[in-house]
Amino acid sequence: MTTVAVLKGGGSLERQVSLKSGARVQDALERLGHQVIPIDVGADLVHQLMAGRPEVAFVALHGRDGEDGTVQELLEAMGIPYTGSGVSACIRAADKVLAKHAMRDRGIPTPDFFAFNETAFEGLGAAQALPAIQERLAFPIVVKPAGQGSALGIKFARTPADVPAALVAAFSYDRKVLLERHITGRDLAVSILDEDGVPTTLPIVEAVPEQEDFYDFESRYEIGRTRFVCPAELAQAVRDRASQLALEVYELLGCSGFARVDLMLERETDELYVLEVNSIPGLTETSLLPQAADAAGIGFDALIGRIVDSALPVA
Amino acid sequence: MSPGNGAGSSRSRSTARDIERYASLFAQRTKVMKSSAMRDLMALTERDDVISLAGGLPDTSTFPPDCYASLMSTVAADSCARALQYGPTEGLSVLKRCIAEVMGAEGMEIDDDELLVTTGGQQVIDLVCKTLLDPGDVVVAEAPTYPGAVPTFCAYQAEVVQVRMDRDGMRMDELQSTLDELERRGQRPKFIYTVPNFHNPAGVTLSLERRRTLVRIAAQRELLVLEDNPYGLLRYEGTPLPTLRSLDSDFVIYASTFSKILSPGVRLGWTSAPAPILQKMNIGKQACDLCSSSISQYFVGAYFASGAWEGYVRSLIEIYRRRRDVMLDALAEQFPREASWTHPQGGLFIWATMPPYIDTTDLLARALQEHVAFVPGRAAYVDGRGGSSMRLNFSGVNEDEIREGIRRIGEVIREQVALYGTLTGTEAQRSTATGEDRLVDPAPRPAPAELAQVLRMPAKRQTRMG
Repeated sequence: MTTVAVLKGGGSLERQVSLKSGARVQDALERLGHQVIPIDVGADLVHQLMAGRPEVAFVALHGRDGEDGTVQELLEAMGIPYTGSGVSACIRAADKVLAKHAMRDRGIPTPDFFAFNETAFEGLGAAQALPAIQERLAFPIVVKPAGQGSALGIKFARTPADVPAALVAAFSYDRKVLLERHITGRDLAVSILDEDGVPTTLPIVEAVPEQEDFYDFESRYEIGRTRFVCPAELAQAVRDRASQLALEVYELLGCSGFARVDLMLERETDELYVLEVNSIPGLTETSLLPQAADAAGIGFDALIGRIVDSALPVA
Repeated sequence: MSPGNGAGSSRSRSTARDIERYASLFAQRTKVMKSSAMRDLMALTERDDVISLAGGLPDTSTFPPDCYASLMSTVAADSCARALQYGPTEGLSVLKRCIAEVMGAEGMEIDDDELLVTTGGQQVIDLVCKTLLDPGDVVVAEAPTYPGAVPTFCAYQAEVVQVRMDRDGMRMDELQSTLDELERRGQRPKFIYTVPNFHNPAGVTLSLERRRTLVRIAAQRELLVLEDNPYGLLRYEGTPLPTLRSLDSDFVIYASTFSKILSPGVRLGWTSAPAPILQKMNIGKQACDLCSSSISQYFVGAYFASGAWEGYVRSLIEIYRRRRDVMLDALAEQFPREASWTHPQGGLFIWATMPPYIDTTDLLARALQEHVAFVPGRAAYVDGRGGSSMRLNFSGVNEDEIREGIRRIGEVIREQVALYGTLTGTEAQRSTATGEDRLVDPAPRPAPAELAQVLRMPAKRQTRMG
């Protein structure tokens, strides 16, 4: 039996998802016979950790502070082992711009993009470069906040006239935003789980929107509005390539424990592009990582057990 | 039985596969629901450290606790067994007498048998839909409409057609043309849903002339009007206008509630409708909950018997009027000139509209970082409009919080206006609220120096950061 602190909730925009993830993790840990200390992360986090003295922390947080290395740094400082990726991998995965630059430098395909801080527009006249950027990316363009994990703030710009409002929206979430070439095609997610320290890919999940060509990111991962196919029906070569790309990115960013890599399979070219890496993907009943694990014959409890084991120091 | 909500074993079975299995059993009507991202965002507005102008809550903090205690003692002494018992579906006569008093205060006469007591005003909307709508039937509503009615309309798979408003409420020319268009398409709407007094969320009031036009249109076309009047007695200025029901009772279903004049916690509302409709609604209510709480009905009965209700409503009017004025002053001081907003003569809400390039759902995410919240306008539309507007509530928070909340929202709006100006290289000041969801023109504003005099506030406060 291990004493596990489950860190959930917090103040990010993904608080609700995290509360659901955390509740399921708690139940699984209890069924596995562990002693659970549930913590809704707030100003008293350190106090609660000092009082509870857990042997390991299960980080079931999503979004700002929980997924971007902040909480991980704190756990490092307190000497508490924790699940999932370390500080530097979290920082790189949470910042889409950093992650995409790293991918591009390594030659891993990711949709073309340009990224800007607010200061580039405020102090450097970046607005005047917009026409050139638009020409190089071609429409439609996707505008995203660099550090937001959920669908919030992601906008389509179909014409140049849409771009300023899309940027204003994205800057509501972050000081840094990116403009990305939109890839039309299939939406794939490759989940990765460490097995005895070796990253292993799980069956690929495809998210199929019920309403085709309706650019609504908010419905993307919602049951009833999106259908999930796992394992995704893909040619063996595509499946292998997607898995291989996911593993390369996982290692490139230095992830550990588990993660989910989102890719697009372009319709016209059949090329795969990596969009982003989620260092703490959702663990709710509709989340993709548990679905993928299930398809591989790993039940939710076994999944959680393995994630905790991989975080504990080797005896 | 909802998967994933139970404890222990039921939760352990809620894998994605199981959820999909349940999902295949879900009725079509469950598929029209708000996105989870929006739901998650709204959940954050309820955090303790957030000044929430998002709620629609009346202020129940001024109700005297000793009064509550003595009323409950009276109920215990006089009607304990009956209060603990089921009551008739149509409601207890002790409550119907109270309803007659309230309706009397708004110039209406009513007999007991013309009333159906409901579990809040919200149940009236549900029962009307249940009684009148088949899937695909048309409901005409205002644009924007009461956000709480949207899920009800959707659950009955209604096709909602929204008619624009201006400062005098629903536009009758647009209503006529909408009805004509529907007729051409062979669609006859079942009812027109309206909140004529101090509209939620728009804050406007339907003018007398339009009230007369509306009941005339309804009678001519033999359409029903669902008149939702929760705020009618909460008027802070101007002359009360006759309800639609008092202008014509043949085609009007009237709905009101004790929620705003006493307490939403008692969960009591009521409806009066043409007899055949009322009968069907009664049967619908039986199926729903048999009857509304007898305890609550005796409680309200005892309260009205004490003679305190009108004085309490007057005290609420005083509190809310001050809060409304504080919010209007704060808006004039803190919101940029590109924004416009309504000036409600009563009720609980102000509707503010930004220039079209501002999306208030994203703005809410930004505002939450400053620990302040409002309702994004999209919640009040079924068709994706409303993206540049917001609903602001002034009844549920105190005056200091209203000032501070509006200051923070104003700051993030100004930040986005400036950014847009930078991005487009235009003078953003010229791009005022022009969206579909704008109800009023931006008001001419006094210069900052004059404003400071009028409001007796130092001008520098406008630029203070915090």
